[in-house]
Amino acid sequence: MNFAAIPDRILLTGLGMCLLVVFYIALLVGPVDIGIGKAMMDLMAEKPSMDSLILFDIRLPRALLAMIIGATLGLAGAALQGLLRNPLAEPGIIGVSNSAAFGAVLVFYFGYANIAWFALPLGGLLGALASVVIIFALVGNSKSVVTLILAGVAINAIGGALIALALNFAPNPYAMQEIVFWLLGSVANRSMNELLIALPFVLVGWGLILYCGRFLNALTLGEETAISMGFEVKRLRWILVIGVASCVGAAVSVAGNIGFIGLVVPHLIRPFVGAEPRRLLLASTLGGGILLLVADIAVQLLSSGGELKLGVITALVGGPFFLFLILKTRNLML
Amino acid sequence: MSLLKGLNLGYQIDDISILKGIDIEVKAGEMVGLIGPNGAGKSTLLRLLTCVEKPSLGDILYDDINVNQVSPEERAKRIGYLVQGAKAYWPFSVEKTIGLGRIPHQKWWQHGSSEDEEKIQRAMEITETLAYRNRIVSTLSGGEQTLVMLARIFATDPQIIFADEPVAALDPYHQLHVMEILRNHSRDDQASVVVLHDLSLAARFCDKLYIINHGELFGSGTPDEIMTADNIAEVYGVKSKIVCDVEGVSVTPISRLGEHHP
Repeated sequence: MNFAAIPDRILLTGLGMCLLVVFYIALLVGPVDIGIGKAMMDLMAEKPSMDSLILFDIRLPRALLAMIIGATLGLAGAALQGLLRNPLAEPGIIGVSNSAAFGAVLVFYFGYANIAWFALPLGGLLGALASVVIIFALVGNSKSVVTLILAGVAINAIGGALIALALNFAPNPYAMQEIVFWLLGSVANRSMNELLIALPFVLVGWGLILYCGRFLNALTLGEETAISMGFEVKRLRWILVIGVASCVGAAVSVAGNIGFIGLVVPHLIRPFVGAEPRRLLLASTLGGGILLLVADIAVQLLSSGGELKLGVITALVGGPFFLFLILKTRNLML
Repeated sequence: MSLLKGLNLGYQIDDISILKGIDIEVKAGEMVGLIGPNGAGKSTLLRLLTCVEKPSLGDILYDDINVNQVSPEERAKRIGYLVQGAKAYWPFSVEKTIGLGRIPHQKWWQHGSSEDEEKIQRAMEITETLAYRNRIVSTLSGGEQTLVMLARIFATDPQIIFADEPVAALDPYHQLHVMEILRNHSRDDQASVVVLHDLSLAARFCDKLYIINHGELFGSGTPDEIMTADNIAEVYGVKSKIVCDVEGVSVTPISRLGEHHP
């Protein structure tokens, strides 16, 4: 299995086209049929119609969010697998997912979620920020990447425990249900506002991660060699951690915890880029976008009554699929 | 011309002195050997000279300019560092691994240029790794892997190559091959610094040897001057037989002197 000869241009163009097609399909899928052409025309003519309302206020934000969050998870997973040189790394490994989730859960707990639309994402972002501060305090100047993983595991455990505590003392069953549903992860019923509050953090995160591509390539030769090649390993490691925390924190803040995308996508893409961490970054970004859009389309097609949550389906499909990948590629694994 | 100088280098970890008062100079065209027992501080010295670690004391000069005034990018283009037991952590092809040597010459958004291609090709020719350019590095033999790692360094096209025990796990054929490659590199305005445990190879290939013992410089000079039975007995604690003939100096350790390492 050697696809490594596929040039970047072709691979990225192919993935990009695929993403556009899936994105278009995502706009078509929903409980009612709408004409996308008609909706566009109505918008241009400044003539509000049901079609344009559904397209621009419901489906477009949902599809954009699914795409951007999927892309973020794919990119962050690829970056962390490269940084930690561990194929089991996923975006949540540095603890940012659970602490962002806890931030959002607090907002539910105290009942601020329905007061202002920005309360939830803000709570999530503050939670993500807290995890970065704690990682800094714990890891500090340590040379070892193991300290980073351990700190992440600890923060994840604490975040999970605090979420459990909040559920335990939830003021009423309704709040508890709200929290649980939110935690399952979804991009349904989000507006452009949520997209816009997350976008700056997502873009900053992407930028920081992509800047480190060359460093991740050098790191495949080991840290000492990377230093001798002119990389300030400690500084670049922090840039990566902050980049991941920024975009993943923002993603969790608006959509809850969506698992497995960040773990599976880099593995799916890796054979096509000759395992090169730097080339994996952009390709995983596109791949993550595609996969989460597909998952969200599936969610809408499968559930008619009570909505199936996106995070549930990614986990349901992602877990067994990951097993299959391990069986298939165990000799080629990192 | 002096390519590299280390002046009064010292290195400490938590008040424990690892290296002390080391003076070293590498001139253009020289192959310099660092020898000494395990734990003497040879690898640490190499890490200081390659700026992987900062010395606690003393200065390092590249071309008579203090390394603190040379940017990491500039430094990276000038040196190649083969770490001890260098291996591939990633399932890369040989050619891709060697291509990593071009990273110091690329900006963060750049990918390979035609110059990169040429240098990679040349590196594979120098190290005779062309034949398995498409194989995955981890599937190669130890000797072949070392050659690939060395090729990665040649792709950078550095002035000075630092190699930490490059021949430690190799058969005689590959030992000589690696030493010849390093010897060939060490001419004109280029040089190499090599940590070695094989004293015969050190004596045959190097222009100058530095003996490091207990973190200090025990002595330095040409192999003829410094490779004496007395020195070897004192530093390594072994009795040895030294033969000089037309092929050069060869050193054969015969027996240990006493129970404990000196």
